[in-house]
This record gives sequence, structure tokens and C-alpha cells, in this order.
Amino acid sequence: MINIVWLILLSVGIIVAGFSCLGIENTSAGWIMEPTWAPLMDITNSVFGEAKHAVTLAFGLIGIMALWLGIMKIAEKSGLIQVIAKGLKPIMVWLFPEVPPDHPAMGSIIMAIAASMLGLGNAATPLGLKAIGELQKLNKIKDTATNAMCTYMAMSTSSVTIIPATIVGIRSAANSTNPTEVIGPVIVATGISTTVAIIMSKLLQKLPRYQLPEVDGTVDTIEEN
Amino acid sequence: MFQNIINGISVLAIPLILLFIPIYGYFKKVKVYEVFTEGAKEGFEVAIKIIPFLVAIFLAISVFRSSGAMDFLAWILAPITNFIGMPGELLPLAFMRPLSGSGALGIVSNLVTTYGPDSMIGRMASVMMGSTETTFYILAVYFGSISVRKTRHALPAALTADLAGIISSVIICHIIFD
Repeated sequence: MINIVWLILLSVGIIVAGFSCLGIENTSAGWIMEPTWAPLMDITNSVFGEAKHAVTLAFGLIGIMALWLGIMKIAEKSGLIQVIAKGLKPIMVWLFPEVPPDHPAMGSIIMAIAASMLGLGNAATPLGLKAIGELQKLNKIKDTATNAMCTYMAMSTSSVTIIPATIVGIRSAANSTNPTEVIGPVIVATGISTTVAIIMSKLLQKLPRYQLPEVDGTVDTIEEN
Repeated sequence: MFQNIINGISVLAIPLILLFIPIYGYFKKVKVYEVFTEGAKEGFEVAIKIIPFLVAIFLAISVFRSSGAMDFLAWILAPITNFIGMPGELLPLAFMRPLSGSGALGIVSNLVTTYGPDSMIGRMASVMMGSTETTFYILAVYFGSISVRKTRHALPAALTADLAGIISSVIICHIIFD
């Protein structure tokens, strides 16, 4: 998918510039044609400029990323994430009624969400994979997503965020006068999108076309057999 | 009132975290200085690791923009974007965000450096990037890892949430920064 998008941006751009070179314009004197190389030369110049720009920007990002990941390492080692996880437990029971409160899936989901809230992208992914693996253990039809899975996936893709560390880094690398001014708006926007994710997953699971097929017996009996 | 609260959170978030986490860590017997530097090393790697992605996206975006193709796309979709108060320059970001995290990061970096981080476009791009996720990638990886093929309502729910995230980013930026 990303391959197609990248290719389209690149090729459509060059083709459009190629056509602009014909210099066809609708003036008061009717359609005129003034061929010029300028649009293609602009592209060459901006491509080299931007390639250089990409690297200077990444270098500007090093310091802020180091600072943030350093602080987050302390949070990780001190067990702060587990503390956050404990606080979120009552909400989790409401969000995932199909999952028994003491099932390991609950703990994994909380840990994964807590990690992504703090902007720990690298730590969040393995934790998230663990969480969905635990949910799969409760799944009766192994190739079909459960309600809990859909709710969890909708929540993780709506990115519950407290500190958008990378964004703050990029803004600071681009010499913003106030790189952190977006933190408040991000928290509000992410809160709205996560709320929508939860509501939509709870509503859609009731639609006939998304109903789970009926299965006899419970997971436990299947596992015992 | 709303603006003051949001601004207050923006100002306080980082200082409070820098105060709280190390103190908490110290009382939990974490060697704060050493652990910090250990994590900071990873920061260096992350920043270097994204360079190829930044170059690839900067290349595609700069061609698309300097050729005038971006203006054309923005012009076609202007009725929709004007309706929610979104500058047309943010369209490529809205399309890229669910598909590729590194791609979207490249677009945001590009918007922020081109229009300035403190411009409305720069701010909206920042909020959009911070409040949405790489939906297709996450769904593919997570469901792929447990071989679930029938994903039911996961994708529609996730995409609706992305749309809500994008629209609310635009609206909140207008409320806070206008």
C-alpha cells in the first residue's frame, strides 16, 4: 500500500511538472503556448534540497529522543507502568466484559495501553502482541476476531497518548518557539478518537453482519478435551 | 477556560514528568543516572533509523508539491476540507497516516519545516500525527500474529476513530490557536 502511495506521489508529480513545461496558458488573447524547462528544474532543485533537509532534521531529533527515552527507561525500570496498570483496572472490566477480570489478557492489555500512553512505541508493540495473543486463548473460533479483540484493536489504533514525544522532538528540531504547546490539544484529540473507537466497536458488534457465529460449549471445555 | 486548561497541560506536562519519574525511580531503588543514559542510547538509534524513511518521503512530497500536483489535489477537495476548516496542505497527511507511520512522520516533518512549526498548518499536522495511529499496519501485524483472518468490525471501528481524530485535531487547533 505504502509502495503505491509513494509511487503515485512521485510519478504524478513529475508528469504534472512535465505538462507544465509545455507552458499552456489561457490568457486574454486566447490559449497560448510558451514552452519552458522551469517546472522540471524546480523539481530537481527541491529534491536535492529536501534530501539534505531530511538528514539535518533527523540530527536535530537525536537529542530530544535520547532525553525522552532516557526518562522512559527510568519509568520502565521503576515499575511505574505496573502502577498505572493497576489504576486502570476498573475501566478495563467495563471495556472487556467477555474477559474474566483476573485473566492474564487484562494485565497485558493494560500494560500495552499504558506503554503507548507514555509514548513508549518500542515497548508498546511487544506488549500489544502479547495482549492479543492472550485474547486469542479465550477465542472459540480461532480465525475470527472476538468482540474484545475488536475493541482492543480499535483502541490501540486510535493511539491513547499523553506525551507525543516524537512530535515534540520534530517541532523542537524545526526551531518552534513552543514545541510542547501541542500536548494539550493532542490529549483532547486522542481522547475523542479513543472514545469514538470504543463507542463504534461496541455499536458495530451488535450489527447482524458483524455477529459472531454461534458455538456450543465454552472455551474451558474445549481446552479440557 | 477550556483554552487555559489545555495550555496549562501543555506547559506543565514535561516539567512534571521530568520531576516525578526520576524521583519515583530513585525511591524504587533504580540507578536513575545510569538507567537514563541506557535509554538515551536508544534515542540515538531511533533518530538515525528514521533517516532513510524521511529521505524517501521528503523526496516524494517535494516532487508532488513543487510540481503543482498538490495544489491541484487541494483544489479538487477544497469543498470538503473547507467545510471542516482543514488546510488542503494537510490532505496527504490524512491519507498517509493510517498506512505508514514513517511515511506520515516524514510528511509532518516536511510540513513543519516548510510552513513553520508555529504556523496553523504546522500545529494541526503535529496534533494529527500525535493523536492518530498507523491503523492498517497495526491491524495487519496484530491479527497476523494470531492468524485471525475474519477481523469483523475492527477495521471500520478503527477507521471511524481515525476520522474522528483528524476532524477533532482540526477543530481543537482552531479553538486553541486561532
